[in-house]
Amino acid sequence: MRKTLKTWFDSGTPWIWLNAGAVSLSLIMVFGLLIMIAVRGMSHFWPAQVLEFDYTIASKFSQRIAGEINDTVEVSLENLRNSGIELGKEIQQNSQWVTRHLIKTGNRDVLGSDFRWVLAPYMSNEHFPQDIIVLERSEWGNLYGYLKAIKQNGQIVSENSSAWTDLSPRLDRVKNIQEQIRDIEKHKIGEINYELEQLRLKKRGLELDKNNEPEILSQIKSSEDTFKQQFGVLQSELAKLYQGINRDKLVVEIMDGKHIEIPFAKIVRAYKPNDMSFIQRIGVYLSRAWEFVSDDPREANTEGGIFPAIFGTVMMVIIMSILVTPFGVVTAVYMHEYAKQGPVIRTIRIAVNNLAGVPSIVYGIFGLGFFVYFLGGNIDQLFFPEALPAPTFGTPGILWSSLTLAILTVPVVIVATEEGLSRIPRAIREGSLALGATKAETLWRTVLPMATPAMMTGLILAVARAAGEVAPLMLVGVVKLAPSLPLDGNFPFLHLERKFMHLGFHIYDVGFQSPNVEAARPLVYATALLLVIIIVILNLAAIWIRNNLREKYKAVEN
Amino acid sequence: MNNSNMTHGINYKALGRKRESLSLEKETICIQVKELNLYYGEKQALTNVNLSIPEKRVSAFIGPSGCGKSTLLRCFNRMNDLVDTCRIDGDIIINAQNILDRNVDVAELRRRVGMVFQKPNPFPKSVYENVAYGLRLQGMKNRRSLDEIVEKSLRSAALWDEVKDRLHDNALGLSGGQQQRLVIARAIAIEPEILLLDEPASALDPISTLKIEELINELKNQYTIVIVTHNMQQAARVSDYTAFMYIGELVEFGDTDKIFTNPRKKQTEDYITGRYG
Repeated sequence: MRKTLKTWFDSGTPWIWLNAGAVSLSLIMVFGLLIMIAVRGMSHFWPAQVLEFDYTIASKFSQRIAGEINDTVEVSLENLRNSGIELGKEIQQNSQWVTRHLIKTGNRDVLGSDFRWVLAPYMSNEHFPQDIIVLERSEWGNLYGYLKAIKQNGQIVSENSSAWTDLSPRLDRVKNIQEQIRDIEKHKIGEINYELEQLRLKKRGLELDKNNEPEILSQIKSSEDTFKQQFGVLQSELAKLYQGINRDKLVVEIMDGKHIEIPFAKIVRAYKPNDMSFIQRIGVYLSRAWEFVSDDPREANTEGGIFPAIFGTVMMVIIMSILVTPFGVVTAVYMHEYAKQGPVIRTIRIAVNNLAGVPSIVYGIFGLGFFVYFLGGNIDQLFFPEALPAPTFGTPGILWSSLTLAILTVPVVIVATEEGLSRIPRAIREGSLALGATKAETLWRTVLPMATPAMMTGLILAVARAAGEVAPLMLVGVVKLAPSLPLDGNFPFLHLERKFMHLGFHIYDVGFQSPNVEAARPLVYATALLLVIIIVILNLAAIWIRNNLREKYKAVEN
Repeated sequence: MNNSNMTHGINYKALGRKRESLSLEKETICIQVKELNLYYGEKQALTNVNLSIPEKRVSAFIGPSGCGKSTLLRCFNRMNDLVDTCRIDGDIIINAQNILDRNVDVAELRRRVGMVFQKPNPFPKSVYENVAYGLRLQGMKNRRSLDEIVEKSLRSAALWDEVKDRLHDNALGLSGGQQQRLVIARAIAIEPEILLLDEPASALDPISTLKIEELINELKNQYTIVIVTHNMQQAARVSDYTAFMYIGELVEFGDTDKIFTNPRKKQTEDYITGRYG
């Protein structure tokens, strides 16, 4: 026996099993993580069925409740008793555990909260009513209830079942008007505000220069007047549109029998959750998922979409890549090709490698102190004195965030590029030099192109790290809600001084800083899934480019 | 087989080589090496080398591994500059100019003194771009003259027929022998005066080797060729003059026939007859 165990060990089999086991465990962990995030995140958009039931606590107090079952847990009676919940005869006192459901009841404006826990034994008469409707609203969350009537200018125009068929054209009309309002408010008025601000700054700039030329001033004045006039026109247009949008209202009966009126303008989506075919469900699912990736957030980020965060993340990563690649490559080329190899360059190399291990928040502090306050402050003094005391660059923004992440990731690029440079066969360099190329020409024409796959590897690692980094960004540019994207139609189109939203920070904000944690939790998973997907896409793009380059420059190996 | 055509079992007629009677004294000198000493750090790699390499002839350096023949060859286009610890004393005169002088434009020197290495080292570019590399370095942009020179160089390197349909394919797709001829084409595209060949056939199969040797024979009408080789038969086949080196010293330099049939030094004879090396 002893002998066979020894031969088994000597054969190497246990080590193979150990290795295989470690690999499988890692794979299971990675895929488990991804699958969990994917399932939780993606199920958020599925229109669940709405359960209606009577809830009678200890045979005394009865009420009607409707909502989606969000979670189901077993709690011990002991705990319930200790927390002072009355336990009636419906609950078998000798059992130890009782089932408890978390119901999303919605109607926060009436009930005060979106969720409530109910004990399963108190529930009776459970059913899925066919004509219950869900209204997703732009304020106060979902509403569950029965559609009673539709009012136009205060007059009932349709009732009960006919109201449902009347609902969707009216909703489309409102959406159409909303589109126009958004266009005016966001683009036209936004443009005018921008121009007016530019004029104000120009005037202030003239004041600072002690330039009182009446000609210029009157010119400014007249264009200000034109813009103000345009603004007035837009305002009256808007007023008309708002009047139109507030024309229609819905009357809905909620569970306690109350009727409430809801203007169409507040409705995002309406559907009958228990009376839908599978295809219709998929339709609602896709429309909610699309809203999530393409729309602005609502209600303190707990509803609506996360488009600004996606845009901000991608843009920040792109700007960072543009900044970090030349900087890292130039450094690596100097260190590997030109610097005299010795103790000094060895020390620098160790320092660079260690920079990669500095906690990211330290970079955040550095970015805030150096980039934002020092660099940004001086830029403001020099170039934007007319805007002071309101800072332009002397405040956190996307440029400073990208720069901070660029110095955070530059060691990775340097190390990878140096690695690539040292892998280029000596024969290739000599071949180029022997043809009369100078060292710089050899580098530029042969060595650097051949090192591009290695640079891309460095960039891939840099992007992977930067896209997931949150801590330093909180100091140098990320905000909970950015009023405008850093890229828009107003000259100069790219506004590097603006603050931006970021998926990583969004996850933190929605998950931990939100007033409505229960409602926001699925959104956290969905956002996390999206962050992972975006990082994967950015990486795949970079890997694809790298593989193409590799194919092109595959050198005489060995 | 007629004995007069054979020396050491090599049939020169078969190679198409004319054995004219050569004499070093009558040649024009192309490279003049005077009192050359070369050190790698503390270690001396070349000692007191004096050598005159004749113009438009093939001179071969032979000798056992580590004797300094490649090192000497790499002095002629200052490739040793790339080695940090390398230090050189003495003169190497090409065109009445001491190329070891500090003020020499090394890139310009290397344009005049081309080099082909032991292992084929084409750039990971197209065949065309490989040959055009040196021309583009000199700023040549005219497409037509580029085309012309590329074709001419490939023809001189006896490669044109094999690659004319794949000029824009990656050069790394060629066979080893083709790659080596491509590298030669690349070197002669910039029309150097001297061509240094550092064991150009040692990584190749016998057929490719033969092709390279034929090529050398043809090129010697236009270029001064210096070749380093391990293969004595190759030296005997392709060279007009042969230098035998041993442990950093030049033992003997002279007419190839004489070196191989009637060497003056005992060391040379021992090496050639295979007693050491």
